[in-house]
Amino acid sequence: MPSDRPITPSTLSVKDLPWQILWDKEKCTLCGSCTAVCPVNAIELGVHRKRIVETALGIDKASSSVFKVYHGIRQKTDPAYACVGCAMCNMVCPNDAIIPIKSDEADKLIYHINRGGQPRSRGGRRNVPGGLLDRIKFIRISMLTDPALDAGRHEFEIRTLLGRVLSPEEGLKHMRENGWIPPVREIYPLVIGSMSFGALSPPMWEGLQMGVAYLNEELKMPVRMCTGEGGCPPRLLRSRFLQYVILQIASGYFGWDEIIHAIPEMKVDPCAVEIKYGQGAKPGDGGLLMWYKVNKLIAAIRGVPERISLPSPPTHQTQYSIEESVAKMIQSMYMAWGFRVPVYPKISGSSTSLAVLNNLTRNAFAAGLAIDGEDGGTGAAYNVSMNSMGHPIASSIRDCYLNLVALGKQNEIPLFAGGGIGKTGNLAANAAALIMLGASGVQIGKYIMQAGAGCLGSEGDRCNICNIGLCPKGITSQDPRLYRRLNAEDVAQRVVDVYLSFDTELKKIIAPLGRSTSLPVGMSDALGIDDFHIAEALKIKYVV
Amino acid sequence: MCRLFAITSEEPLSPMVAIEALDVMREGHDGSGVGLFLRNLGGPFEEMKDAPILSGIFTHEGIKRLDNYMMNLGFMTKYKISFKLPKTPAAGVPKRDVYLVRAYEYPSDWEGLDFKQLGEKLMMVRLELRNMGLEKQDMIVFSFWPDVIMIKEIGDPLTVGRYMHFDREDLRARIIMAQGRQNTNYAINLYACHPFFVEGFSTMTNGENTAFVPIREYLMSRGFPGYTGFQSDSEVFTHILHYTISKLGLPLEAYKHIVTPLQDDDLQRHPDALVLKQLKQSCRRLIIDGPNCVIGSLPDHTLFMLQDRKKLRPGVVGGRAGRYAFSSEICGLDAVIPDRDKSKDFQPMHLDTVMVGPDCQEVSICRQTDRLLHLH
Repeated sequence: MPSDRPITPSTLSVKDLPWQILWDKEKCTLCGSCTAVCPVNAIELGVHRKRIVETALGIDKASSSVFKVYHGIRQKTDPAYACVGCAMCNMVCPNDAIIPIKSDEADKLIYHINRGGQPRSRGGRRNVPGGLLDRIKFIRISMLTDPALDAGRHEFEIRTLLGRVLSPEEGLKHMRENGWIPPVREIYPLVIGSMSFGALSPPMWEGLQMGVAYLNEELKMPVRMCTGEGGCPPRLLRSRFLQYVILQIASGYFGWDEIIHAIPEMKVDPCAVEIKYGQGAKPGDGGLLMWYKVNKLIAAIRGVPERISLPSPPTHQTQYSIEESVAKMIQSMYMAWGFRVPVYPKISGSSTSLAVLNNLTRNAFAAGLAIDGEDGGTGAAYNVSMNSMGHPIASSIRDCYLNLVALGKQNEIPLFAGGGIGKTGNLAANAAALIMLGASGVQIGKYIMQAGAGCLGSEGDRCNICNIGLCPKGITSQDPRLYRRLNAEDVAQRVVDVYLSFDTELKKIIAPLGRSTSLPVGMSDALGIDDFHIAEALKIKYVV
Repeated sequence: MCRLFAITSEEPLSPMVAIEALDVMREGHDGSGVGLFLRNLGGPFEEMKDAPILSGIFTHEGIKRLDNYMMNLGFMTKYKISFKLPKTPAAGVPKRDVYLVRAYEYPSDWEGLDFKQLGEKLMMVRLELRNMGLEKQDMIVFSFWPDVIMIKEIGDPLTVGRYMHFDREDLRARIIMAQGRQNTNYAINLYACHPFFVEGFSTMTNGENTAFVPIREYLMSRGFPGYTGFQSDSEVFTHILHYTISKLGLPLEAYKHIVTPLQDDDLQRHPDALVLKQLKQSCRRLIIDGPNCVIGSLPDHTLFMLQDRKKLRPGVVGGRAGRYAFSSEICGLDAVIPDRDKSKDFQPMHLDTVMVGPDCQEVSICRQTDRLLHLH
């Protein structure tokens, strides 16, 4: 380092960064692919000057040293260009000459990514790997009295209900008296949760939709997908595939002008309407689509000008309280489709979830409650919201379920759990655990990005730049140069693979428990965990 | 696995008939207990069909407390069976002070109540006695209902039957259900012993109910005090039967639609698809997953049998006009009704509910895909 190089408080060395680029001069072909592909320009062509000592072999010649130049990679240390560890450089390198390595100690970058007083925002999940769900075991294996079922041969009914289910007494009374029977959908218990058109790139969205359509129409699996808050492409609104879609309305009401105007032209009703009051990744904060991603298409679908950031308010501006939202918003949304479409709220896991739930139990229209836990992913949020705000999903769902049991309404208001399901890849086990804790079904987002499209993000803070439109896989980018890397058909194929393998794995869990005729919602006697206090909190068995 | 035997007959029979049938099937139970349910009684009870009969096991102390309690309510003893037992109990049978089967006169202030109100009050008395007994371990109460006797005891069925002299003249019934117990899941507790009883409905079950916990949670949250106990995962079958018929007002044919609803295509093709779909959704928490064979008795003297949807437990129905038996095994049937047309024996499968009506003249089979006549 030259002695006169300025050192500012934010001057960092490569060692100070969370990710360090290892580059092998011997293997490098100098093709330039890595520098071209790096989404954050963390690496650049380096022209390195190096002294070579040339030792003379004879006494008649003097030894000398010469300066030579070699070319290679230089990693930038400016916090604005710090490597995010996506390893696209490694993916494109013909010789595996380059790879980012996670620093072996706490990075110093975290103290400096707030230039201009702007705290860090990013995409992904809270940066805490692993979780409670993976620790739950299924312990009630049917052995002799009740032989286990054959996951491969028995008939299974892997379905759940979304909608306000009347009590048996009321249901029969309404049938007799021609009363209103709330719409109830029989759906697959693994729902693709709300990721908006805008947060996701066109091929990603299209791929998910195609995969969902294939699962429904060819494989007869009633899989549903939620739009997130970003409207819905006009052609989809007017197609029969709308029945596989859950439309989301959130506090920004983006895209709802288009949706409302399309209602008279809809061939089918949507599966349901989800009213988002909160999400697990950033509870108490509104949606956020940063300006980078608001191109002409997104702006048109959302009904906003191009290239402006779209922060949704933290709450719906038309209401003061959940009581009011229950009274007005749910009913208004029902009214829009002639009371044929279930409407349910989605909230973030919170110590106040029970209050919301209790309110819904007294409302004859609420079609369910989706709760999103702290491990949920997002396209954009403040780092602090993601890392420190929120409530774990397991106890939130369990408390809510047991509350419904106490009220006798456990079958009337289905609970859907989201947030970190399949975070470590154990999708079926996590989903089954939540179902047995009381969820009627689960929602996934990040998992389907990882499994369906090869998202690189992780809880080791890898990549996680979904917010700035530079997704190196083209999943969350609106830049055609990036998203053409992703082929919608390939995504659809992966979605189908994911669902089929999930289906088999779920059967491999519930068949040995002796269950097949109905989804084992609330079958908590099947669960065990090796921590006494967790077992007590979740009211499941403590097993060691 | 337990063994079950039930019989319905025009002529009153001794419960020893059922005990002997259980003994023939003894390879299938371990002699750890026996449960008896008698209805449509003969003998001295023939003359007092309306009088509620209390069945249970009491200590001397318990009897005193019972008498006190019943007298305070205004119940008067009308008739009782006294079991004279040898000083030493038979092998494997615990020593008890009093086996009680006692018919009462209703209290005078219960006069004018309709049958439904009477039933509710009788159930509350039974539950109260049960709670009192649990508190001091001095009473076990099985049933308190007109024209119904229940006896349960630990031990080999035949040994218990001989020890207690079930062949006595004053113990006769036209409907008998008996279970020989195979103790697998629970410590021996007579409240976990089949058959189970609530407000005139009784069932006994063979197998294990894998969906027990969500079903129990659902029943307990119905706000009906009779859905209690749950010492056995099979008790819920009695409660679901009661819920189906008594609370929802549905016919017996609907019971199978509650516990094992039809799946998609069959449901859509069913003539009552709309109602059944509504029932399937609203009673989702009562769906069982087997393996179970359920035998039950209704207040109208119908006896029935059904199976779960795919695992099935052994069960056969056969007999002749005037006498039909439901048995876990054919050998049980052979022992009791050898002179029947065996080609007409019927083993219900996953869609069937087999019933013998109060007239005891024929076996009728309701397939789940049939139209539900009584709904319309």
